[in-house]
Amino acid sequence: MNVAWQPVVGLEIHVQLKTQTKMFCRCRNGFGGGPNTQTCPVCLGFPGALPVPNRRAIEETIKLGLALDCAIAERAVFHRKNYFYPDLPKSYQISQYDEPLCAQGKLVVPTADGGVTVGITRAHLEEDAAKNVHVAASGRLHGATATLVDFNRGGTPLLEIVTEPDIHDAETAKRFLQLLRQTVVELGLSDAELEKGSMRFDVNVSVRPEGSGELRTRTELKNMNSFNFAAKGIEREIARQIRIYEEGGTVEQETLHFDPAHEEAPPMRSKEEAQDYRYFPEPDLVPVHPPDDLVERLRAEIGELPGARIARIADTLSFYDADVLVTGGLDRLWADVVAAGADPKEAANVLANQFVAAGVDPARVDPAELAKLVSARAEIPRAAFDEALAKTGDTGFSAAPYLEQKVVADTGELDPIIERIIEANPAQAEQYRGGKQGLLGFFVGQVMKETGGKADPRVVNERVRAKLG
Amino acid sequence: MTLDTLRLTAEEADRLLRTKEISGAELFAAYLAAIGERDPELHAYLHVCENPGGDGLPLAVKDVIGTKGIPTTAGSKILESYVPVYDATVIANAKRHGLRVLGKTNTDEFAMGSSTENSAYGPSRNPWDPSRVPGGSGGGSAAAVSGGLAPWALGSDTGGSIKQPAALCGHVGLRPTYGTVSRYGVIAFASSLDQVGPVAKTVRDCAWLYSIISGRDANDSTTVDVPTVELPAGERLDGLRIGVPKEMNGADGIEPGVTEAVDRAIELAESLGASVEECSLPHSVDYGVACYYLVAPAEASSNLGRYDGVRFGLREDGADFREMIMRTRDAGFGDEPKRRIMIGTYALSSGYYEAYYGTAQKVRTVIKREHDALFERYDVLVSPTSPTVAFPIGAKIDDPIAMYMNDVLTIPSCMAGLPGLNIPCGLSQGLPVGLQLVGPQFAENTLFRAGHALEQAIGFDGVPERLR
Repeated sequence: MNVAWQPVVGLEIHVQLKTQTKMFCRCRNGFGGGPNTQTCPVCLGFPGALPVPNRRAIEETIKLGLALDCAIAERAVFHRKNYFYPDLPKSYQISQYDEPLCAQGKLVVPTADGGVTVGITRAHLEEDAAKNVHVAASGRLHGATATLVDFNRGGTPLLEIVTEPDIHDAETAKRFLQLLRQTVVELGLSDAELEKGSMRFDVNVSVRPEGSGELRTRTELKNMNSFNFAAKGIEREIARQIRIYEEGGTVEQETLHFDPAHEEAPPMRSKEEAQDYRYFPEPDLVPVHPPDDLVERLRAEIGELPGARIARIADTLSFYDADVLVTGGLDRLWADVVAAGADPKEAANVLANQFVAAGVDPARVDPAELAKLVSARAEIPRAAFDEALAKTGDTGFSAAPYLEQKVVADTGELDPIIERIIEANPAQAEQYRGGKQGLLGFFVGQVMKETGGKADPRVVNERVRAKLG
Repeated sequence: MTLDTLRLTAEEADRLLRTKEISGAELFAAYLAAIGERDPELHAYLHVCENPGGDGLPLAVKDVIGTKGIPTTAGSKILESYVPVYDATVIANAKRHGLRVLGKTNTDEFAMGSSTENSAYGPSRNPWDPSRVPGGSGGGSAAAVSGGLAPWALGSDTGGSIKQPAALCGHVGLRPTYGTVSRYGVIAFASSLDQVGPVAKTVRDCAWLYSIISGRDANDSTTVDVPTVELPAGERLDGLRIGVPKEMNGADGIEPGVTEAVDRAIELAESLGASVEECSLPHSVDYGVACYYLVAPAEASSNLGRYDGVRFGLREDGADFREMIMRTRDAGFGDEPKRRIMIGTYALSSGYYEAYYGTAQKVRTVIKREHDALFERYDVLVSPTSPTVAFPIGAKIDDPIAMYMNDVLTIPSCMAGLPGLNIPCGLSQGLPVGLQLVGPQFAENTLFRAGHALEQAIGFDGVPERLR
């Protein structure tokens, strides 16, 4: 039997909001404090303490909801999600259940030929759990005998976004996540830094025969902390499920925990326990009724969104370039550099490659100076260009001194140097002629070194090849 | 001068302080002396404070209300070692008015009960007859006020825990409109029902204490702005429209002596100028208790989850978290909290939620509407507060349902979020009978006015006969 299989992927994303204070108390929300220094009776769940919702966090959730084309609830309700765990001080998490702030939205992930529309089931607000630290008497993790809890993270605002199972391949899932991340960052809601855990995601995967509308048993991949890792995990899981079905087996509902530190290790499995969270409306809070004028004010604050910009810029550049610029947060700088006179394609290449490698904050760059550099790229030495790029973020940066350093492309000047180097390295020259083509780079490198990086690498390449040949 | 703490009202004590006839230290010492004399018998207090200094009135505080630096156990072993790091808002408000915490009063564990027999620290006793219960859960505050061990006290009321003990001990107690008094710092039993309120000797003291503790609180999102409290003064009730719900006054189990005292009070109200009419609350009495015993345990099952041995209170050792928390909760909670945690967990469980918690919430809406409709025609609804006078210790402890039925008349208005005032209206078998006055939301001033005029006309002597 030869069935074509369609993967079905849904995502659940958590984003930590960077509000000044926590979700339901006035403790500072942020990294850096010593363990349990950013705590109070409310976020420690002391007897009698009551939550007071963070207005800012509610507004930011609505804002994201608007950016995701969601309907904003006229009445939203916080619910209690009950379970016991040491990092959950009240034994319930204040979350949202059947009346979330935002529902029924969509995010269009641009593609070369239009876009994939991914439905947003809901976007809601909840509080984060604290952090458990397992320690042993020896102080080492192995053989941990005690659990310590740091409540600094406990009660910080967490945005949860759930998609419809509208994604059918790993690449789209990855690009959806990148686009969502960029959207959240641009709206100023979160730093969404994966390595710090301020953006985390779980992935639900199932497969079904192509053309069928059914939803088969899904597995959940948890602990994803990089876009590539998620894509790889999805691909592996799709392949595994197809293999099971083709061998006549059944996929079991389970959760696969990946260890981000050991990418190659097989995931840990846990049976999906039928957890009963006993959701009920949080009686300590009143329902939220976002006023129309607030919603409209927030809507007005949203600029052109990343997805729309990718589609627009793809008219000028390739779709690939547009995607890289926008999801890399570089397209505004790109537009300014182009406006200052640089070639669009050339500017895109520099920004997406060397500029990113240089690690400069795009917001600190003077586009006019960067435009001068981009336009002179072919004429100034590579080393000088890289050095200049790395300094574009410095206050008062000027391209002028670098533009004066001209690349040496004159063969009359280069040939004697090349000849001297070949003579000094007879063994390597012999090996090259014997077929070891890779040694070309060695000679080019020596010439570049000799000229202090000022030689034109294209010309050097050409001449070395000719002299050795 | 010698102070008779059995008769001294807060208002009178305040006058004595202002005119410097007594000092703050003398006043505090008088209550400590009374406590030393009578509390060994009454067991109203779980903790008695030293005089913190100052010239304010002493205040007894139910032990579910958090007091910074003063042990707060909620009548439970699981909080035996717990000392709050912060004051409840009502305590902060009281301190701002100069009040001094005199001590923490006994309560059924986590305010779950109607007799204080569920306190992990033993029952309090009724000052009128120490072989009988003072009511509950706020029996400690009630016994303290009636026994002259405090000029006034704070209680908390979820389904009748202020009003019912006030009825059984023969003094005044107000359960305020839900949302008028902050719950911040008050150990939660059932969050949508819990309200802190005053326990006092007179309606004027009760109104005064209510004015001190009430008001919107930035730390409790369910609080609202409160109308200015007026201290009642008049003797007439002209224009007051009184409704007498027949189901509340004719409910099964109301003792004849209770009915007689309440009927006399209603006749008295009419003679003071009020109009009196029979009316009906067809569902509130039949379904109130059943509905309450789904909503309150459901919320309690969640609220009591935080007593897990991780951060404060009792901790029993265990091999892992699961075993530690199970052993801690097993050792720390008494039978009644365990019973309600189980009922509540069940009522919220997936598959049962709609049938139990969901239905109870709908019935609650019906009860509220039923009351709202009556308040279009009446200013106040009257009934007995408790169907019986104080019952002997041990009489109902083995029959939870019989114990729950003590609150059959107080629960409906609690479910509707309405204010209710108890005033003593006479004796039956030598024990106090309480009259319940229920008003619409935020109508505390109406209740105070009606309660005060009736109190004057009834002329009830609140000092237990055996202590006079």
